[in-house]
Amino acid sequence: MSEHILEIRHLSKAFGSHAVLKDIDFTVDKGDVTSIIGASGSGKSTLLRCINLLETLTTGEILYHGQDVTKGKINASAYRAKVGMVFQNFNLFNNLTVLANCMIGQQKVAKVAKEEARQRAIYYLNKVGMAPYINARPDQISGGQKQRVAIARALAMEPEVLLFDEPTSALDPEMVGEVLDVMKSLAKDRMTMLVVTHEMAFARDVSTHVVYMADGVIEEEGEPAKIFSNPESLRTREFLKRILNA
Amino acid sequence: MIGQLFTDIGSLWNKYSSVYLTGILNTLILAVTATLIGCIIGFFCGILQTIPYSPKDNIVKRILLKLIRVIIRVYVEVFRGTPMILQAVFIYYGLPYFFGVSFKDVWTVSIIVVSINTGAYMAESVRGGIMSIDPGQFEGAKAIGMNHWQTMLYIVLPQTLRNIMPQIGNNYIINVKDTSVMFIIGFSDFFAVHKMVSGAVFKYFPSAFMEMGGYLFLTLVSSFLLRKFEKKLAGKPNYELVNADQLVMSAGNYNFPNEAGSPFEEKSKEYEGEGK
Repeated sequence: MSEHILEIRHLSKAFGSHAVLKDIDFTVDKGDVTSIIGASGSGKSTLLRCINLLETLTTGEILYHGQDVTKGKINASAYRAKVGMVFQNFNLFNNLTVLANCMIGQQKVAKVAKEEARQRAIYYLNKVGMAPYINARPDQISGGQKQRVAIARALAMEPEVLLFDEPTSALDPEMVGEVLDVMKSLAKDRMTMLVVTHEMAFARDVSTHVVYMADGVIEEEGEPAKIFSNPESLRTREFLKRILNA
Repeated sequence: MIGQLFTDIGSLWNKYSSVYLTGILNTLILAVTATLIGCIIGFFCGILQTIPYSPKDNIVKRILLKLIRVIIRVYVEVFRGTPMILQAVFIYYGLPYFFGVSFKDVWTVSIIVVSINTGAYMAESVRGGIMSIDPGQFEGAKAIGMNHWQTMLYIVLPQTLRNIMPQIGNNYIINVKDTSVMFIIGFSDFFAVHKMVSGAVFKYFPSAFMEMGGYLFLTLVSSFLLRKFEKKLAGKPNYELVNADQLVMSAGNYNFPNEAGSPFEEKSKEYEGEGK
């Protein structure tokens, strides 16, 4: 059927009478690293939360390998297990160690045996450079470390797509780099990613596709080189001028 | 005078020590059992009350959940809003109307009354405890595919238990003391022993003195143990870094279960030639 992993069609979302997203259309293919950029309040995070079904859409559909996941035909939990999410505030489980954080989803959702879950968790923790910390609890490690563990937790589910909701926005400046490095290595390994970000360097240099959102609509999208050097829309140009000169 | 007091206590103890000790034991058994059952009731009600529902859910589910909330609300308000001593009398004399006189068992009634009382308070504590958990914890669990029950069981309730441990301790200590009102239906707890003994030998103050000391001892020991347990729940203050080499070894032995491979294709084109 469809080649696309995710296909968003005519997605709209309103909170009461306030329309946050208006008729969004776009697709995610295997290996895409899509950066969603735009001013605060433009609906970027809401879009990502809709894709992971943390918000219910007002209208529209989300096709996962051609199947609509918003109508309840596909089990929401099973779908979420295949579409991982990394949050701005990490959302690591406070009652579990770093290792257990990366194992619990595999064991309870994917029904992976304990020893295998452990091996897999350590494998991914090693990838993000957090393997030595397996016995620590989330409140004992720094923000950058927490975010790397959160990435490992999502990876341990072996998802097809990974959604990042402003993964570096809650971090101290000196910790942004370590998280971005992990994301770059993921991009290099052809992980399919959808990243809401304010890190323009990441959007320009790492992603394969850039989506600029303004006021709940996709104002412009395309290859990063084109968006950053020669944007068609006046709004895109002004946004980029403002943010790159800041 | 002090000397007289201790002489009196001595003679009371010589004669009635086994009665006092049995009283203490009964008090402890009732307080511990009722607190445990009360906690179970409380967690049960707290969990039922916090099942989320939205206007989009089907009508049966919504009505059912609404009904559950109303029933729990009524339960909490009734048992929190009436004196336990009265509830004891009410149930003790009320049950025979429905189950015949054979149900007039003091132990059963005492455990029921104190448990449902504790449960009423705990229901609110647990509800508050669940509401105080960061919504991010729920979202984090949802995002890796957990359903509501898995989220509650593995993520939210362990954190809730830790947060409301002080309230559980509070309830337990209140129970140690307040089970004394069960003398009204003839339960022979520590306080009932005082009524009996002092009535027999007219040594009210020495007996009351012993009771005060006894209750204080029970609650202080309980406080100490509860603190220990809280510390244990909080986990170790330190963690040890694990030797990275061992981890790399074990990680290297791991085979990807799925054909598609991981996002980190070790067998990707770059390495393809080297393996063969």
